[in-house]
Amino acid sequence: MSSRENILERCRNAFNETYERPNLDDINPLTFKDPLQQFQATSEAMGSRVINVKPGEDVNSIIRDVYPDAMTFASALPEITIATINPDTVESAKDLNKTDVGIIRGEFGVAENGCIWVKQTMKERAVCFICENLVIMVPGSKMFSNMHEAYPHITFNENGYGVFICGPSKTADIAQVLVTGAQAARSVAVFIMPE
Amino acid sequence: MSTSHAKAAEKFLRDQEYAKWHDNTFFGVRVKRDIMAREVPEWETLREKASQIKMHTLSHLDKYLSQFADNAEKNGVIVHWAEDADEFNETVLSILKENDVRKMVKSKSMLTEECEMNPYLERHGIEVVETDLGERIIQLLGQKPSHIVMPATHLSNDEVGDLFEEVLGSDKGNHDPTYLTYCARLSLRNQFLTAQAGMTGANFGVAATGDIVVCTNEGNADMSTSCPDLQISVIGLEKIIPDYECLAVFQRLLARSATGQPTTVFTSHFLKNRPGAKPMHIIIVDNGRSRWLADEKHRQTLKCIRCGACMNTCPVYRRSGGYSYSYFIPGPLGINLGMLRDPKEYSGNMSACSLCLTCQNVCPAKVNLADQIYMWRQQLPDFGTENRQKEMICKAMTKVMDSDTLYNKLTSMAHLANGVPGFLINSSLNPWAKEHKMMKFPPRPFHSIIKDMDKQK
Repeated sequence: MSSRENILERCRNAFNETYERPNLDDINPLTFKDPLQQFQATSEAMGSRVINVKPGEDVNSIIRDVYPDAMTFASALPEITIATINPDTVESAKDLNKTDVGIIRGEFGVAENGCIWVKQTMKERAVCFICENLVIMVPGSKMFSNMHEAYPHITFNENGYGVFICGPSKTADIAQVLVTGAQAARSVAVFIMPE
Repeated sequence: MSTSHAKAAEKFLRDQEYAKWHDNTFFGVRVKRDIMAREVPEWETLREKASQIKMHTLSHLDKYLSQFADNAEKNGVIVHWAEDADEFNETVLSILKENDVRKMVKSKSMLTEECEMNPYLERHGIEVVETDLGERIIQLLGQKPSHIVMPATHLSNDEVGDLFEEVLGSDKGNHDPTYLTYCARLSLRNQFLTAQAGMTGANFGVAATGDIVVCTNEGNADMSTSCPDLQISVIGLEKIIPDYECLAVFQRLLARSATGQPTTVFTSHFLKNRPGAKPMHIIIVDNGRSRWLADEKHRQTLKCIRCGACMNTCPVYRRSGGYSYSYFIPGPLGINLGMLRDPKEYSGNMSACSLCLTCQNVCPAKVNLADQIYMWRQQLPDFGTENRQKEMICKAMTKVMDSDTLYNKLTSMAHLANGVPGFLINSSLNPWAKEHKMMKFPPRPFHSIIKDMDKQK
């Protein structure tokens, strides 16, 4: 017998009794009257800078204002005209290293923890992690209160990858001191987009 | 008759200042966890649901494991099964050899620690680079993790600073944690870009969709898998859960319980390889787990989601440190996992519990950690690892407690022991006199005083 068959056989014979799947509809989870407001507060508490983009405003000029010293911008989004490098056309993920700002789109936000769902729509998803600073644009109209509401809405495309991101990369591994900017982006700006 | 844990704890406690710092540091994490838990009104419901989902999944594990593997294969992943640590290590090595890998970056995985994968691969000429900052520090020092979530928290920034000066060439005397983290970032960035393979562990494997879910704060699992061409993810078979509806419950519990954050910074879902990269590999590892599943008394340990909350809250862990346990996982969880692994080898940790039950009161999956330690203690004579002295005392106490006459006689005479000179009673021959003075017995036992009071009425 193969290892797979052996393992499954032992699992099959391990229990005499079985346990039913619990009903998860009666959790009655925490919800917020204004999920967007809570999302902003949680995002800031988790170390993100939150910027409300007004209708008609050009995100390119906001990005330049937020990162006045930035020279290089990585994005595959058509509206990001200041992009100097495109994660769809780079030869390898390594080419994105040392980019000052990466700009990506998130699909929705979660109020209770500040998570933003990001689907891999670009060829090299390294753009979400390898840049020094990260801008995530998320529609203000797409906010959920908690993860129970959010999970039914996650989707993937043929790239087969997605991630909830909440704020800059951080660590407290040295003497329990919280430091932002461990291995991924050192700062995150969340742009809340109008309709 | 001291246990291996008691002996190691004694050494740990010699530096009282350090012991106090260690205690406060981990209790601080416990306090942060409490604040998070109180912000979620349905917290206790979540814990109960998490426990029920785990029991349901474990009792149908054959079904969910096949479903997970089938769905991962449909996504284009190559799925391997490993019965034990040897088969696991051999599988990893053969994948790396087939793909000409000389260097592999990896995110944190207690499973690879359990299987001692790093030394195995290094013996076969493969460089393995840990990329979680704490794990990297430990690796550079040649140490083992002292905690499953915060592996290097036992070290001071001066110790890390000295290490980085030597290994990474950081500025002499600059031991600022922000600066040191930045130095590690630069060094690890180079590793991510030059490795041919990236490995992740798994917080969850989702049966309905076949994805591996990894939760990190540093983003190192994502860096490890978005630069190299080959991804290998490894998962212990108890990490399988049915679907996203269940995952939502665990995602809400994990980071709040582990570090007192509402979420980890990254919750990454891996279904397959990146565009243009080599096919992704998943290795499902048993290594004893399916055998433990059949152990009715102790199978609940497999509900664990590895948050480490039981360690942060444990008064014994906090005052004895991760290295005082002989199993590679410390704290209440490690005591239980060690006993499942090899009771003869790891019974020395049995004493590291005061049965205060704080571990099972904070456990997000309601693992009955302390109840199980109590049960293991009853089983010790089966393994021949019981404390004979204590066993004899318990037998004698049973005789005394079972007889009114004997009990009354002995308690009325107990005060005579007060006359024994202190140097004798507090000698090293009496293990109960260690770290504290023996009590004085009252001249008359409590219940004879009560009886007299009744008469006076």
